[in-house]
Order: sequence, then C-alpha cells, then structure tokens
Amino acid sequence: MSADLSELYQQVILDHNKRPRNRGKLPTANRVAHGDNPTCGDQCNVYLRLDGDRIAEISFDGSGCAISQASASLMTTQVKGRTGPEVESLYRQFHHIVTSGETPDEISDLAAFAGVHTFPARIKCATLGWHATLNALKGDAADATTEKHTD
Amino acid sequence: MNPALHSALVAGPAADRWKNVRADFPILHQDVHGKPLVYLDNAATAHKPRAVIDALVRFYERDNSNVHRGLHALSMRATDAYEGARARVARFINAADPSEIIFTRGTTESVNLVARSVAATLRPGDVILCTEMEHHSNLVPWQQAARASGATLEFVPVLGTDAEGGLDLAALDALLTPHVKVFAFTHISNTLGCINPVAELCRRARAVGALSVIDAAQSIGHGPLDVRALGADYVAFSGHKMCGPTGIGVLYGRRALLDKLAPDETGGGMVVTVDYAGAKWKPAPERFEAGTPNVADAVALGAACDYLDALGRPEIARHDEALAALAYEKLSALPGIRLLGPRAGGARRGLVSFAFADVHAHDIVTFADEDGVALRGGHHCNQPLMRKLGLTSTTRASFYVYNTEQEIDVLVASLRRILKFFGSA
Ligand SMILES: Cc1ncc(COP(=O)(O)O)c(C=O)c1O
Repeated sequence: MSADLSELYQQVILDHNKRPRNRGKLPTANRVAHGDNPTCGDQCNVYLRLDGDRIAEISFDGSGCAISQASASLMTTQVKGRTGPEVESLYRQFHHIVTSGETPDEISDLAAFAGVHTFPARIKCATLGWHATLNALKGDAADATTEKHTD
Repeated sequence: MNPALHSALVAGPAADRWKNVRADFPILHQDVHGKPLVYLDNAATAHKPRAVIDALVRFYERDNSNVHRGLHALSMRATDAYEGARARVARFINAADPSEIIFTRGTTESVNLVARSVAATLRPGDVILCTEMEHHSNLVPWQQAARASGATLEFVPVLGTDAEGGLDLAALDALLTPHVKVFAFTHISNTLGCINPVAELCRRARAVGALSVIDAAQSIGHGPLDVRALGADYVAFSGHKMCGPTGIGVLYGRRALLDKLAPDETGGGMVVTVDYAGAKWKPAPERFEAGTPNVADAVALGAACDYLDALGRPEIARHDEALAALAYEKLSALPGIRLLGPRAGGARRGLVSFAFADVHAHDIVTFADEDGVALRGGHHCNQPLMRKLGLTSTTRASFYVYNTEQEIDVLVASLRRILKFFGSA
C-alpha cells in the first residue's frame, strides 16, 4: 500500500469507521440537521441536545465512505460539551488540517485526517458531518450540502 | 490482446485489427501510481483511437472553416466534411436519410431537445412513460416536460431485489394505455448492464400510438444498432462513449416526425427567411441546429463510426458481453459482494456494478486507483433506482474493446486486497 493511502486510512480513521461512536438517533435531541454530498450520495444526520448554548449530547447516523463516517464519529467526540463558537473554531482547525495536511501543535485526534489533503476529492467526505453539526447549531432548517445547489 | 477470447470471437480480416486494438489507443500506454493503467470506466467515457484524434487534428489543420453559408474553398470543404459526417452517422444506425440526424452536445441535450419539443404537444391527461432504471438524463427532462404540459409521468417497474429481473414487461399491458404519448427507455442500463428488449418496447409503444424514445448512450458503441429494424421514433446518444470526442452527440428522429416538430433553439442557420416581424424555419436537421455547429467533433465522430465498423459491431457486442460475463463470474466469488442486474447467463453487456455491506464504493475506488485500476463509485446518475434497491452507491467496472481478461484479474486481485484491508475478507 502506498504511503499516501496509509496516510489517508490511518488507524484512528479505520477504528472510527469500524466502531463508530455516538451512532444512532438521539431521542432527546432538540436540534437535527441533515447533510448530504450529492456527488457521492453520502448522507449524514446529526442530532443535538443543546443545553443553553452548549452541546450536551450528540449523535449521528447516515451512510457513506470510511472517511465520512469516521470523520462524523470523531467529530461527535470532539464537539460534545462545547459551545457554538467553540465548535466553529474547531471546525476551522479541522478544515485547515484536511486542506493543507498541516497538523496543529497540540495533540489531537483530528490530525489523523491530515492525509485527506492529498486526495482533494475526499475533502468533502471529511467535512460532511461537521457541516451538518454547524447547521444544527445555527438551527438552520436547510440541509447542509457539500455542493451549492438550487432546485 | 485476448487470444483465447478473440480466436473464438473473430475470424477473417477483423482478426488482425483486434490483435492490435490496444495499440490504436495512445492513452492506454501509461502508468498510474506506478502501475499500468487498467481503465474500467468506459461507461462514463471511452478512449479515442489514433484515427479519431488524427481526424480532429486534420480538420483543424486543413479544413477548419464555418459551414453552410460560405462560398470559399475551405468553407466548402468544411461543409462537405460536416455533412459527410452526418451521412456517416446515418449509415452507422441505418437511418433512412441523413436529414434524420441532428447533431447535439450529447445524449443529455438530445433528450432535452425532444422532451421540450414534444412537451409543447402534450396536455393534462396525457401520460409520459419512463422506466425505473433511467439515467437522470432520460428522467429529469421528462419530469420537466410533465410539469410544463400537465401530463403525468409513470414508470415501468424494475424487478428483483438486485434488479436482476430487469423491466417488468408484464406490467406494460396495464401501463401502456392510449393516454401514453411518449415512452422513453434506455437500451442498456448504465447501472445494471442489462440489455432491454428495445424492439419489443418500440412495437408496444407504436401499438398505442405513443412515440418511442431510446436512450442509446450505453449501447451505441457496444454493438449493432439499426433504428429502422427497431422501429424507433427518436434515439439519443453521445459521441464520447463510442470512441468519438466529447461535446458531440446525436438525436435521431424519424423524418415524418421531425418535419412536424417545432424548433427548440432559434437563431442563425436554422431559418429560411427572416424579417423584423418573424422567421420561417428550415426543414430538419438544420431547424434543430441553431448557431455554428460543432463541426470538428462531428467530423471526428464520423471517424469513430469508421473505426467501430472496421472492428465489427457484432464482434464488439460479443467481446463486451464476454468480458461482462467473465467479470460477473469472477466477482461473484468475492465474500459479501452484492451484484446488480442480470444474473450469470442473463442479457448483460459492457459493465458490472456491485456493492459490499461494509466497504463503501468511494473507498474502493480510491484504493483501486492506487493499483492503476480506474473504476467509478457513486449513484451513477441513477438516484431513484439506488434508493429503490436500498443503496446509496455502487462500484462499477465497465469494459470496452481494448479491455482484456487479464485486466479483470487485476481488478479482482485489487478488490481482494481492499476487502482484506477493511477486514471484510
Ligand atoms: C444511460 C445513459 N444515458 C445518458 C447519459 C448522459 O450522457 P451525456 O452525459 O454524454 O449527455 C449517460 C452517460 O453518462 C448514460 O449512461
């Protein structure tokens, strides 16, 4: 297997893909958002229970490639307990990692996604769950999509 | 190339052409990620033989000019080449007359043209009949036509949990009422690989007075196609899937129908006389070709027709069926695989698409690419069918004249490695 591929499919990613965390519907959710990636057909629903402005609980479900599913799973573990602005700042870090391949100084599981940057077509897979969460936080009823589209 | 396969398929003068077929395609001779390219994405687009590339270059180097209205030498040569290509395509599909060939950008534009033009003749109460296996290009334009005209859109169901039963022909009796004005269907499904009984479908449409519209995108380059033997009213296809360039395609329409059909786009080149109040249309095909046409690509499409006829289209059909059957058989042995479309021995040509429960198509395509194998993963512009089958995506391997049995072995070996990596085998 090439170095690029093993960078892309890090152990952390494979693990989250095989044993996703916080997967399923959240009966107590007070915010829901749906994300889809029309080019691949990847789908991701995010369920939040907001307590004030903090994410008290979060789960996701949907279907998609290992990158999209692992990223959504890892995302849920990272954003729990955080406020909207904190999640946005985390997303900016994550976006920088997957687009530049540069990893942050502090140790973070998000760095596992650095290998995505050599596969530009897969960046959308990695950000799908994040987009859905950001929309859920905003209370945006519109579906998150990785493409700009009009009906 | 495939000595065993080809001695069984081809004898006589075409045998030598088949032996050298890979040498005709310059693009095949490259490595991808350090591995020889194994191109199995032919249903998306096919590669171009040297003869087609040369035709394109020759036109731009020698004959390039605008067509029809010119009186100088180059313009006359360009016009002859363009109209010659039209006649060549007419022969390729056995149309009664070159004027039945309208050049478009491709299948999508061809279907849009006929759907928009026919929509103007539809009323509420009329029915447009499609099938559940249509590519978005032969579905969305009909949804729009239904919306614009008030007609209803109905669908011939697809049978079987893996769509292995193809179209539900028994349902046709109830669906094909005299209210049906258009019946639009694909010849070969780009997702299932099944060959639909298009001659029968055209006959059944005609029996109730409905127009038949065939999406021949996946069949045109993969075997014989005789529009008159089929009794088709309209046939749409793309040049780029039959060794021709991108940006050129065809709408075939029966002359008697085209003469009655209103133009879709208007402008220069499609009018006889114009004054400030209005204009009179030329007859088909010019009526449907407003503006400067895609002359060079049409000429190269003519060269693609020559190339495919020289290989022999019945031979191409047998080759593409043999490879699809072999791939189906070899892929069947992979643990956990779900194969779509006709089962072993069924009417399948050119492609196989499949899914695994725990490994997603996009991971497969990314991994296979590292082995030099070009596949396609996704919904293949077939979202409603995918949903019906409970899938969001499949991986598709599609074959053409230059693919070999050995390449199927490379594919299978690559898939085995991928399954192992993801812990599924
Ligand atoms: C069955 C079918 N119909 C229509 C199309 C659309 O062809 P094009 O994109 O060349 O217009 C395709 C190709 O993707 C196809 O496979």
